[in-house]
Amino acid sequence: MADSLAPTAPQHGAPQDGETRRDFLQLVAGSFAAVGVGAMVWPFINSMNPAKDVLAVSTTDVDLKPIAAGAAITVVWRGKPVFVRSRTEAEIKAARDVPMSELKDPQADQDRVKKDQWLVLIGICTHLGCIPLGQKATDERGPFGGYFCPCHGSAYDTSGRVRQGPAPLNLPVPTYAFTSDTQIRIG
Amino acid sequence: MSIGLHKSDFANPVIRWVDSRLPIFTMMQKEYGTFPTPRNFNYFWNFGALAMINLLIMIATGIFLAMNYTAHTGMAFDSVERIMRDVNYGWLLRYAHANGASMFFIVVYIHIFRGLYYGSYKAPRELLWMLGVVIFLLMMATAFMGYVLPWGQMSFWGATVITNLFSAFPLVGETIVTWLWGGFSVDNPTLNRFYSLHYLMPFVIFGVVFLHVAALHITGSNNPLGIDPKGPQDTLPFHPYYTAKDSVGIVAYLAVFALIVFFFPNALGHPDNYIPANPLVTPPHIVPEWYFLPFYAILRAVPDKLGGVLMMFGSIAILFVLPWLDTSPVRSMRFRPLARPFFAVWVVSFFVLLWCGGKPAEEPYVTISRVAAAYYFLYFLVILPLLGRLERPLPLPESISLPVLRGGGPLPAGAMSKPMEKA
Ligand code: HEM
Ligand code: FES
Repeated sequence: MADSLAPTAPQHGAPQDGETRRDFLQLVAGSFAAVGVGAMVWPFINSMNPAKDVLAVSTTDVDLKPIAAGAAITVVWRGKPVFVRSRTEAEIKAARDVPMSELKDPQADQDRVKKDQWLVLIGICTHLGCIPLGQKATDERGPFGGYFCPCHGSAYDTSGRVRQGPAPLNLPVPTYAFTSDTQIRIG
Repeated sequence: MSIGLHKSDFANPVIRWVDSRLPIFTMMQKEYGTFPTPRNFNYFWNFGALAMINLLIMIATGIFLAMNYTAHTGMAFDSVERIMRDVNYGWLLRYAHANGASMFFIVVYIHIFRGLYYGSYKAPRELLWMLGVVIFLLMMATAFMGYVLPWGQMSFWGATVITNLFSAFPLVGETIVTWLWGGFSVDNPTLNRFYSLHYLMPFVIFGVVFLHVAALHITGSNNPLGIDPKGPQDTLPFHPYYTAKDSVGIVAYLAVFALIVFFFPNALGHPDNYIPANPLVTPPHIVPEWYFLPFYAILRAVPDKLGGVLMMFGSIAILFVLPWLDTSPVRSMRFRPLARPFFAVWVVSFFVLLWCGGKPAEEPYVTISRVAAAYYFLYFLVILPLLGRLERPLPLPESISLPVLRGGGPLPAGAMSKPMEKA
């Protein structure tokens, strides 16, 4: 051991063509450490994703019977407001008569509803997340008779499509299905 | 020191720019890069680094647990069960945190025993040692309050018994206990403040660890021979020699930790803590967590209420004055033929106390605890002070490197030499 300490003793992994055994070992050890740390970090990150109980309450049933024609209710689905509106004949007609070329985010009204009368929308403005007005009879509904967002003035029509203002997209339609003639399940 | 930019030796212009204004890179290089470290460390010197890693693991897992924990008597137990069942990897976070506390105490006990055996508490490292005892006390308080949080039967009755210790003090006892509880029993106010403090204290520990390490970097490390390095031939730069050696230790530590978390996650816990707290029913046999058992045994060994409490606190407080109780100038017990067996018996007495603490308070355990507790104190108060005078130590080696190099003459700086096998 004593002589191996002498300054003249060759270093382990002395440079050969610029690459040494030590470089290799360092690379391998470093990569393993990186993979190990990554594997340890993932459970922490994933623990912040929705938990099983949160996912389990991710459907909402809505009874449509009490909603009179022209009226609307707001239900909560996954913590978000969902607008359920019973549209009048005039509102349906207004939505269907608009030429596609006038729409910022073109989509036919037929593709946005399952039954003509029932409009189901996620009630969150696609601009920056405010809740548009228009659910209550006394609400300002904006120039297109659907919804009006008070935050920065986006206006939606009776199909929930954006017609004016900074919002880029139509109000989204959540996944839902009719479980009976007067009942829907959202989610 | 003059005002102005720090003269930085780093080549990278960005690092150099920062370093000239805030020399953290120079500091890291000095304290963890070139820091001269005795070349003869054995694996007992890994446990400080392991304790640091363990503290970081506790803080990380704790912060993520806190994201899902609810500190309310009506919801705490269920929120912990939700962590176990519903939160993604919640079971892993909780098992890592609960068993991490056990690992922490294992690591710190070994770290402390190392100090006791190799005389690391002696001059000039007295303050370093005392800061260590402060960390140990803070850890105990943190772990105690953490154990209350899941609000199981052991949480509740452990909290009740331990806070009631303070009722032993005459006159002010009851007032103190009511103040600790924020009421007239362990209840929601108690749980809330324990949660607040449990979150805070690890960061206080972090601060004291910083002071502990700062003090270490003034005196330098002790070593298995207990003699001071006499020059560069006796030391190695911390990096890469001890960063590499510590990494080996960390891998072994993580393997043990993983084994416990994945295969025996409840082995060190108590099943009663999976029963929600019930203030009207005490479990038939209540015990603290294993790492408190030696001190719990001392508490129960004394037939007097106040006496027991004082002895229990005294068993830790005595560590503060240990540097002045041990009168021998020789640090390492390798060279103390008498101290060595007495220390071995002290370690045995510690484990006997640990074992008795987990047994019911009946014979023969009470007598055994008394004998072990008596020796525990005798060692510090009588044996060590006397041995310094009576013992004839073995001759100390002249230097750390000499026995290894067999008088191999002058040497280049440690940095140049090949990594040695363990001295
Ligand atoms: C010195 C470091 C720490 C120690 C020794 C410690 C110890 C403990 C212990 C023994 C438990 C009970 C484990 C059980 O049986 O479930 C616990 C629970 C808990 N700790 Fe810590 N802890 C530390 C740091 C932290 C930190 C920094 C936080 C938060 C930022 C935290 C948050 C929690 C929470 C939320 C619980 C309740 C959940 C559970 O029971 O697992 N801990 N801690
Ligand atoms: S958030 Fe609705 S218009 Fe800006």
